[in-house]
Amino acid sequence: MHGRLKKRYASERRFRTLGFAAVGLSALFLAFLLVTMAWKGLGGFTHFEAAVSIDFPRSDLMLDPAALKGPAAGEVVANAGLDGVLTQSATAAYGPEAADLFGAAGTRALGRALIREPNLLTRRATVWLPVSSDTDVAAKGKSDAVAERLVARIEADDGLRRTFNRDFLFESDATDSSAVGVWGALVGSFLTIVVTMALAFPIGVLAAVYLEEFAPRNRWSDMIEVSINNLAAVPSIIFGLLGLAIFLNLMHLPRSAPLVGGLTLALMTMPVIVIAGRNAIKSVPPSIRDAALGVGASKMQVVFHHVLPLALPGILTGTIIGMARALGETAPLLMIGMRAFIASPPGGVSEPATVLPVQIFLWSDEVDRGFVEKTSAAIIVLLLFMLLMNGLAIYLRNRFEQRW
Amino acid sequence: MKEKMPINSTTPLPMPSAAIGAEAHREGGSTTDPQVAPEPQPAAAAEPGIAQTREAVAPVPQAPPDPTLESDAARTPKMRARGINVFYGDKQALKDVSIDIHDDRVTAFIGPSGCGKSTFLRCLNRMNDTIPTARVSGDIELDGEDVNSAAMDVVQLRARVGMVFQKPNPFPKSIYENVAYGPRIHGLSSTKSELDQIVEKSLKRAGLWDEVKDRLQESGTALSGGQQQRLCIARAIAVDPEVILMDEPCSALDPIATAKIEELIHELRGRYAIAIVTHNMQQAARVSQRTAFFHLGEMVEYGKTSEIFTNPRETRTQDYITGRYG
Repeated sequence: MHGRLKKRYASERRFRTLGFAAVGLSALFLAFLLVTMAWKGLGGFTHFEAAVSIDFPRSDLMLDPAALKGPAAGEVVANAGLDGVLTQSATAAYGPEAADLFGAAGTRALGRALIREPNLLTRRATVWLPVSSDTDVAAKGKSDAVAERLVARIEADDGLRRTFNRDFLFESDATDSSAVGVWGALVGSFLTIVVTMALAFPIGVLAAVYLEEFAPRNRWSDMIEVSINNLAAVPSIIFGLLGLAIFLNLMHLPRSAPLVGGLTLALMTMPVIVIAGRNAIKSVPPSIRDAALGVGASKMQVVFHHVLPLALPGILTGTIIGMARALGETAPLLMIGMRAFIASPPGGVSEPATVLPVQIFLWSDEVDRGFVEKTSAAIIVLLLFMLLMNGLAIYLRNRFEQRW
Repeated sequence: MKEKMPINSTTPLPMPSAAIGAEAHREGGSTTDPQVAPEPQPAAAAEPGIAQTREAVAPVPQAPPDPTLESDAARTPKMRARGINVFYGDKQALKDVSIDIHDDRVTAFIGPSGCGKSTFLRCLNRMNDTIPTARVSGDIELDGEDVNSAAMDVVQLRARVGMVFQKPNPFPKSIYENVAYGPRIHGLSSTKSELDQIVEKSLKRAGLWDEVKDRLQESGTALSGGQQQRLCIARAIAVDPEVILMDEPCSALDPIATAKIEELIHELRGRYAIAIVTHNMQQAARVSQRTAFFHLGEMVEYGKTSEIFTNPRETRTQDYITGRYG
């Protein structure tokens, strides 16, 4: 008797240890992921700026200060040949190796500075501009000897500083890694997820309610149940092919648009919502249904006044899981053309766009070493975006939660 | 040979004047019950625990018969069930049951577990419709209208035949909302103050008003078990039903809460026809004027409660009420 008792306690201890180890290991993996991401990616949120003195009156800039105040100022600046001026000034300041000191980001920043302050054109001025991606990588200590010598020379002149890279958050994709940003992809992701949500949530919940509360139990409803369960397990790339075949080839919806992406992801998310919704509806105690029927509520009143509000937290949990999956999905969106190079944020659901995961995928494929950091930084943005959305959803769920 | 002891105990339960309130309640001109029988003392039963032996417990004595309760045949019943058969899949749960339920008296269904008494009760407001495998045959009439006919709207039926369940099942909403829900969906009130009045009246009638009047916005599920059950009764009477069905309303409650519910049943009698399923034979004897004994899906005996408990015609009834089985 005593021996048995000891054995029982021993096995309980073993089980606890194993469970603890499992939790510890998962925490370790999570910590590893977060630490590596932060290590590699946080640098992407900052960039180096170099000081350069530009003698605007003597440069061969053909810029009319009056045009800088008009509505088309951006276009005027873009066509003014600022990059040539920058090359001249950089070479003058730091020698011939500095010809490529500034890239697209530097040109863009100079253009903005001129629009903000057209008076600059009348004098010689020193401006701080983001350096090109090669120099940036070198300044962060990850490049070859030549670039690092240049960096050392500029640093010796106190001409280099590290600042927060605002452009990374508020600009879109570009060919030059120093000029890229996630805003376009973020807007694309947001529009796509809104379309997905607007379609998958109501359809999924209504399907769950119908199947659980109204549908007769027969061979057909069994078949539908099996189909929905299988649908939830279909690989996402197949949904992408389905979207390509139906929405693009058959219905001729615009390619690369968040609308099509959202439709495709809605197809993918709906089964998850239906399954979670059915389980949540099933777990509402039958006594509540009896109570409502007993005072003469109709079937629909029972469902919409009592069952659905009580099942809502569970339905929302399923929806959160489905949405998180949709938000992180890449493969089906590649199929419907959302991997195109889109240099400006979409203005609506039918305009070409890309989404964050696809953007990460595209950047990870780039040769330019400047993209390594940007990729990790974009991953951090994606994770934060997801955390934000999930946090909001969990907050909503807790608000709806009721006890019985 | 078994001895039955007709104890002439006439200890009436403390009876608040149910009959006085009855007329007041019906003044609203509801379609039912033109003749509210002004009932004198209800057939009161002995308190439990007076009799010590098992033999003596079961045949609970009745007060002298109430003259208004005598004339069953002469009166039209509120609900009339004839030849009810119920099948759950292949299993027959009820075999050819016929019972009348009269207004202003309480009809109790007793019998061992699984004998079909709850099933029968659920036929009366078609709650069995919600069980996909259940099939019901036979005639049930409410004021002469066929309950099972296509013309009978089941939602309307359940508003006229209210139900209280075994486990207290208040909605996970406020006390006020629990009571107001029924009147609201049936459109019984047009203004907020009317609704307030209905809620107050129902809670008062259910004997819960004084306990909850200061916390109507608190959750109904936060009440104690007995209070929850009275809240469910208030919810049922808020829609002004004609019949109230109670499915073992006290089985989840302690003796004090049970006593309160029983007292409440006494008060409600006269306003509503009441049918109650109970496991507790003393309870049946205390609260009812008619008793039906069910066994294995059959209705074995139906009659005046006093007769069932003191002088049953069937040996099965006698065996059950004396505790031989069940």
